[in-house]
Amino acid sequence: MGKSLPIAPVEHPWATIVALLVAAFVFGGIPLSLAWVWARLFSPPKPGVQKNAIYECGLEAKGDAWIQLNVSYYLYAIVFLIFDVEAVFLLPFAAAYSGLSLGACLAMLVFLLLLVEGLIWASQKGVLTWGS
Amino acid sequence: MDQDLKTELSKHGIFATTFEELYNWGRKNSVWPLTFGLACCAIEMIATTMARYDLARFGAEVFRPSPRQADLMIVSGTVTKKMAPQVVRLYNQMPEPKYVIAMGACAISGGPFRDGYNVLKGIDRYIPVDVHIPGCPPRPEALIHAFMALQDKISAQHLTGESRPRHLKAELPSEFPVPDFGEHGLEPAQNDEIFHNPLKVLQG
Repeated sequence: MGKSLPIAPVEHPWATIVALLVAAFVFGGIPLSLAWVWARLFSPPKPGVQKNAIYECGLEAKGDAWIQLNVSYYLYAIVFLIFDVEAVFLLPFAAAYSGLSLGACLAMLVFLLLLVEGLIWASQKGVLTWGS
Repeated sequence: MDQDLKTELSKHGIFATTFEELYNWGRKNSVWPLTFGLACCAIEMIATTMARYDLARFGAEVFRPSPRQADLMIVSGTVTKKMAPQVVRLYNQMPEPKYVIAMGACAISGGPFRDGYNVLKGIDRYIPVDVHIPGCPPRPEALIHAFMALQDKISAQHLTGESRPRHLKAELPSEFPVPDFGEHGLEPAQNDEIFHNPLKVLQG
């Protein structure tokens, strides 16, 4: 046994991932750079005032895109959500209406009453009127 | 390369091509139209994209909702004078290379409303039109035919030389003047650089 065994090179555990990462960048980069070279060689850039203007379905943009919405809008959203859920419950209620017992009917009416009460409360709090 | 030699080679499974052909082949099979319709012709255009006529076979089913991503403007229907500035502005906002199909009698000439007070007598007064389709409305087959004509036009375009298309000429503009919707119709009434009144051309 004069010769020693060949020592396998110790691979870093991340080597494969790094190789794949490089390959991924090259794979993506080649078509992009080819397209860039092609555009440079053949296709002259032609920017313009209208071409670079804001797209408003062909109309001229009026005002600024950075407008602010009143924060109190969130209350509308909450009230809307409550009645949206109510509509979801009303649909099966209407479908099963003829077969419902008196108790179930009363329970549904209580549910509706609670929601209407919530609306009246919200209205009395002045939520439904826009403040400045 | 000689066309006969090419055909002969292709019979033996050898395909010869040029950069130009490859480029145009890719371009003509991925023409993305802009999503917009102006009148009843738009219904035929929509039918063309659906399963029965299936414009997807020609690579043009991807109707883009933004002019930034579109190559083709299908002017499908009556262009009223109030709408014309918007159409021209949309065309201006499309990136090069861009093509226009004027679909139907109204878009090419004003059609039955030609003598009316509020209809543009053809969109070619303001933007360069590549293919005109007559008909009121043209059937989906007619639109497909126009589309194939446009594909032929694209595949015949040269990348270099004097005959190269306008989008490859740096000195030619990408935008066309947008007319104003004034008190007495559109001002100016046409873009004289691209529109030549056929009556005046005939008179010399």
